[in-house]
Amino acid sequence: MTVERSLCRLFGIDGVDAFGVPLANVVVDHLLAKGVVEQGAAYWLAQAALATGLTPQAIAVSIARGEVDLTSLETQDPYAAKLWADAEAERAMQLIRANRLVREKKIQTHGERPSPLLYAIVATGNIYEDIVQAKAAARQGADVIAVIRTTGQSLLDYVPYGATTQGFGGTSATQENFRLMRGALDETGDEQGRYIRLCNYCSGLCMPEIAVMGALERLDVMLNDALYGILFRDINMQRTLIDQGFSRMINGAAGIIINTGEDNYLTTSDALEAAHTVLASQFINEQFALLAGMAETQMGLGHAFEIDPDIKNSFVYELAQAQMARQIFPNAPLKYMPPTKYITGNIFQGHVQDTLFNMVTVLTDQRFLLLGMMTEAIHTPHMSDRAHAIENARYIRRAMADLADEIEYREGGIMEQRAQTVVTNALELLENIRRDGLFRTLEMGQFAGIRRRRDGGKGLDGVVMKGDHYNNPFTDLFVREQQDMREGGSR
Amino acid sequence: MSCDRMEQQIAGTLDLTQVKPYGDTMNDGRIQLSFTLPISDGDRAVEAAKEIVISMGLSEPLIAWHQPLDHEFTHFVAYGSLQKGIDYTKIKVSSVEVCVMTMEETDQFIREQFGRKIKIIGASTGTDAHTVGIDSIMNMKGYAGHYGLERYAMIEALNLGSQVANEDFIREAVAYDADVMLVSQTVTQKDIHIHNIVELVELLEAETLRDRFLLVIGGPRITHELAKELGCDAGFGPGKYAGDVASYVVTELAKRWEAKR
Ligand code: B12
Repeated sequence: MTVERSLCRLFGIDGVDAFGVPLANVVVDHLLAKGVVEQGAAYWLAQAALATGLTPQAIAVSIARGEVDLTSLETQDPYAAKLWADAEAERAMQLIRANRLVREKKIQTHGERPSPLLYAIVATGNIYEDIVQAKAAARQGADVIAVIRTTGQSLLDYVPYGATTQGFGGTSATQENFRLMRGALDETGDEQGRYIRLCNYCSGLCMPEIAVMGALERLDVMLNDALYGILFRDINMQRTLIDQGFSRMINGAAGIIINTGEDNYLTTSDALEAAHTVLASQFINEQFALLAGMAETQMGLGHAFEIDPDIKNSFVYELAQAQMARQIFPNAPLKYMPPTKYITGNIFQGHVQDTLFNMVTVLTDQRFLLLGMMTEAIHTPHMSDRAHAIENARYIRRAMADLADEIEYREGGIMEQRAQTVVTNALELLENIRRDGLFRTLEMGQFAGIRRRRDGGKGLDGVVMKGDHYNNPFTDLFVREQQDMREGGSR
Repeated sequence: MSCDRMEQQIAGTLDLTQVKPYGDTMNDGRIQLSFTLPISDGDRAVEAAKEIVISMGLSEPLIAWHQPLDHEFTHFVAYGSLQKGIDYTKIKVSSVEVCVMTMEETDQFIREQFGRKIKIIGASTGTDAHTVGIDSIMNMKGYAGHYGLERYAMIEALNLGSQVANEDFIREAVAYDADVMLVSQTVTQKDIHIHNIVELVELLEAETLRDRFLLVIGGPRITHELAKELGCDAGFGPGKYAGDVASYVVTELAKRWEAKR
């Protein structure tokens, strides 16, 4: 259903009805109520547009007012309907392409930032307060600002609307909030002579719709994982895999770098024992991204520094695993997560843990350094926490800039052996997955120790078999666009 | 300095009815602070920070460090000395008072006292998606070397996982015929955990079910004090494991059964 709603959004349907229901939901719910949703939103909107001469937005408004029943209009020539849909899709593609070009132009003007990009989060719950914090972080040296999403949004089967000021542990992902933050970061970026990237969550029950919003409002990075919703939000696996496929096509065509969420496994599983599940999942995420047509340079595969600091040689193992990820995925802009699980109320020790993490990041040339906060165990970051974290990371980036070039790791040493073990275990797991299938693997609880049923979880009722007239004019378009991008070498 | 000499030197100066923070000299009252003010950095900002320190009842304010976080925000590291100490002898805390039994002792206790298994249902409720806390108490594997409730022979444990709505939690508890409800709350921003627990208690009361279950809450910001205040039976925070919860639960249930007889 959310794929169909994302088509509505791509066709320009925006806004909410008198009850605050997004018009994209109104249209798809209407088709559902009429029992014809299996032909898809593109088919019915094309029929209606040809029959009435109205724009998709105007059609949505009339449906909301109860003025029109899409199934009672005169049936139009299917070929004409397809042409209409293709033309509308091309229009949406132009908007998305234009945004991509603006990003490329800005990066060209200001110059690309060196690795690692310093990635800071804001999570006040209020978009206007977030903007204050984000601008401060950007001026302190952050290269990427991620607006953390409020608890619970991932399970909403609609996207909230408008600017929002009340969230818990984060701020609602709405198109208006995206737009406001984008404007603020462009302003600060131009003032600082840097392009500040914006990140948000493309996940949950509305994954592809949020991908559309991100493409339209020029987000640069989006969290998008093939399995996270299944494991950590108990969203149905069939639903998630369909949604992530289309959302990655959108992200891909928009030139957005995705960030995958493997690091989360280590919050429920042990980081030493489960290191191979992270690697296996990176391979799976990579394959799903390739299937969606995405370039390696847009695959921000995730991993994390989460080994228990009480373990002897924990730093050595972390360094080994980070170096391993770097070598296995040489072209991917890897996302490296800081320690969280073993950060305690001892903020002084926390700052040291974060320093070690920063060292591994710099030594192994990760692309995204998620700034660790010494107050991680206490609250979402205060402005000063972020400033200390940025200062710490910049110091390490400067002080150890060329250290990696001076180091060679001992052949057959602890690090090499550690990497070898992880690779071997990951291979075994992947071979089991090939034998059992991904669904069965998830049912057996192989990732993060969490078991999920094929027909369990939330959102399965939003999965419908396609009808004979079903048409999604965007899939080919987005895949082609990504090919053109690669051939044009535009990124 | 050896311990003995240290005690000799300071024994005379430590007054438990007037306890003050300790920097490097007994009763120096030194406190380390860091905070941010929404004003531009500069001499006036430093003066403002000093006043903030004084307004907290601290003397000898020292602004050790200040730096702008943005045009209109300044961060300070400050020191001050606490003037008036606190009376340590008057401090009382309510904590769960129960002698902690081993798993085997607990199982034995249940056999003797109840003659049947105790049923415990647990969840991370509301919009909270954190499960590591409740899992550490309930799951077989436990946490930090402490086995979870599922491993107890005489406990039947049902862990509903995360994001369980209060209504659903109550329905499940009734259907399961639970003796004990365990709630985990991790996200505390804007006091969401308080609202959520209050809602649960109110729902239970509205359905006159409150007395049917022992209601125990836990999480990084949960104290026994807070739990009592919110109308729960007990609260457990960090550093508490399945053994603590199980011992409390069975002791308390035994008391209640006794009272009913
Ligand atoms: C792991 C983790 C996650 C994982 C959770 C995975 C999972 N399945 O649980 C993931 C990545 C999914 C996650 C998500 C989020 N998280 Co989080 N997370 C953490 C982290 C790193 C560790 C928490 C943890 O597992 N601790 C270990 C357990 C064992 O400790 P514990 O829960 O305190 O449990 C002990 C005791 O409290 C007690 N106990 C706990 N529950 C119970 C229950 C009973 C009945 C009893 C008797 C005892 C008991 O027993 C345990 C053993 O002693 C903390 C930071 C930190 N270092 O603390 C942030 C943290 C808790 N998360 C936070 C936030 C904000 C979020 C998000 C809301 C972010 C967002 N906007 O997306 C989301 C949650 C979305 C949602 N709907 O809730 C904040 C909370 C801030 C606050 N105070 O409100 C923290 C503090 C990080 C931060 N600084 O921002 N998170």
